[in-house]
Amino acid sequence: MSAEVTTFGPDRLSRHGRAASIALRMLKDRGFVVICILAATSSILVLSWLLWSILSSGLTYLDWAFLDDVPSRKPEKAGMGPAIIGSVLVCAVCAFFALPIGVGSAVFLEEYKPTKGKWVKRLHAFVQLNISNLAGVPSIVYGIIGLTVFVEMFGLFGSANDPALAIGSHPFEASDGSSYLEQAWYYFQLPIGRGVLAGALTLMLVILPVVIISAQEALRAVPDSLRHAALGVGATRWQMVSKVSLPAAVPGIMTGSILAMSRAIGEAAPMLVIAGIVFITYTPLHLMDDFTVMPLQIYEWAKKPQEAFHAVAASGIIVLLAVLLGFNALAVFIRNKFHKPLS
Amino acid sequence: MSFQKIGWVLLASALIATGIACERDTTGSDTGTVQIDGSSTVYPITEAVAEEFLAVQPRVRVPVGVSGTGGGFKRFTKSDTDISNASRPIKTKEAAAAKKNGVEFLELPVAYDGLSIVVHPKNDWANDLTIDELRSIFTEPSQVALWSEVRAGWPATKIKVYMPGADSGTFDYFKEVVAGKEGTIRSGKMFQTSEDDNVLVIGVAGDKGSIGFFGCAYFFENKDKLRAVSVVNPVNGESVLPTSDTIESGSYAPFSRPLFIYVNKKSLDTKPAVADFVDFYLEHSGDLATEVGYVRLPKEVMDRVKKNVAERKTGSHYLDAEGNKRSGPLSEVYN
Repeated sequence: MSAEVTTFGPDRLSRHGRAASIALRMLKDRGFVVICILAATSSILVLSWLLWSILSSGLTYLDWAFLDDVPSRKPEKAGMGPAIIGSVLVCAVCAFFALPIGVGSAVFLEEYKPTKGKWVKRLHAFVQLNISNLAGVPSIVYGIIGLTVFVEMFGLFGSANDPALAIGSHPFEASDGSSYLEQAWYYFQLPIGRGVLAGALTLMLVILPVVIISAQEALRAVPDSLRHAALGVGATRWQMVSKVSLPAAVPGIMTGSILAMSRAIGEAAPMLVIAGIVFITYTPLHLMDDFTVMPLQIYEWAKKPQEAFHAVAASGIIVLLAVLLGFNALAVFIRNKFHKPLS
Repeated sequence: MSFQKIGWVLLASALIATGIACERDTTGSDTGTVQIDGSSTVYPITEAVAEEFLAVQPRVRVPVGVSGTGGGFKRFTKSDTDISNASRPIKTKEAAAAKKNGVEFLELPVAYDGLSIVVHPKNDWANDLTIDELRSIFTEPSQVALWSEVRAGWPATKIKVYMPGADSGTFDYFKEVVAGKEGTIRSGKMFQTSEDDNVLVIGVAGDKGSIGFFGCAYFFENKDKLRAVSVVNPVNGESVLPTSDTIESGSYAPFSRPLFIYVNKKSLDTKPAVADFVDFYLEHSGDLATEVGYVRLPKEVMDRVKKNVAERKTGSHYLDAEGNKRSGPLSEVYN
């Protein structure tokens, strides 16, 4: 080592000491690379081991009939048809509510951020802090909130079996003379009971903080120069948001939202509280109807004493993973398709 | 706009789902829904019965939930469900809630579960245990930590316990038998709990000094990994292994526990689907319970259950007129 090498150590260090410190730094540098490689490979190893163990046990029962069949006590006949459709429906309804509310909140918090007034600013910071905190609340807590607020509606409208308000049902006379209420596809009641709508609204609570925060990040990434230019040529706030900053933020918003949706589809805990059903042979006819979701079905299979059902659970996990990967692929696709350079 | 496209995709998938749902069978005479919730221990039997019932009556809807015995009773006593699965008799408080809400119910035992005490297969000393010895392992204030302290002559191997968590009906039943009403089950480093019985199986199978307990279905499925301990019947002093025969005959005492369904009387009287389902349940529960790892009830008990349904005998046999608890073997309490 020559003295030309610039070192940051104090001048009084001897030449020998300088060389030693450089060798040590190089060693640390190489050590860091090794640690990084170890971290990356260990996580990949764990993941591939997990995938291998699930695939090796789950492929036995995985066929087209598995996607369509109803649950059964016999492993070879068991399927997750109602659970798949339940999951898709609940997530669709959840997205229908969560996206507008989440993106709207993000626009309000970012684009209408208070610039003056000490108390308004503090209130804004307080709301912001609460949203970040809500993102960390365990989902079972939202399940319990959902049970009180959505399913029972604080008991304000009577019980779900005897609703105070019911639209879209009419008495139906069966062949044996008994009659029951037949419900149309648009059937609605208050309280909404343990149906698809209650499940979707509860999942909305779970993912809203994530949607809001990711949409805010996306809006923050839009350069202020674009907003200033729009306002400078005389655009109103509404025109600026709807024509400039929101379109520019769409790829980021969509990525965040779809990742949030893939969290929603994998949630078991709040659904256990809201629906709790694991044997169901029909799919929901309306938004108040009973349903189950994939994670619940998998949970029940994994708990069974029979070894064969653990393989059925693995098949269920493969289907759930495929759906999740589909969601993530969609997120990547949307980000790439709508991503336009801003300058 | 991407929002619109995604909106259409979601809408289309919802419509397709509804379309699939509309294709429904039209055979069978019954219609309507039989709402069932409750114990996850009883669930496999009810699932099997519902599956077979739907083959005969495809137009009926039978959703079965697993909110747990307590959670199920909470809904049942508000007449939220027609039938509640229960791995223990209804409690005084729950029966009071039912009365307050005007819910009359029938209590129907449907099968036996033999609570199995299991050890590692290489454990070659503990072939039988008395209730007193179980008490010394499991209950306060005992300090036993080694097998040699349970019975003289056994090796000084450390005991490791794997058992269900305090929320489960299995734990409740075990506690009542071993510790009694006032006693408590020990806790600490020696005791591992899990709500998932498969975890307990793995735990006991991986530790030579281990002991555990759970429903017999989990023992029957894992006979290659575990060994059951025979329990000394406190009445006649015979030591008995848990098998279908000993559990059914009641000689595997006191760990044969009955499983129940509770039926809302109003649903039974007004909904033909519920009445047919209950009849079907009692007709087939013996075979189906055996198939999913439980034990059928003796014929005399089942005949009494059927008679009680025909006579619409309401209320719990485990509570006397004042709401106090009665206990004892099923064949004595249930009449």
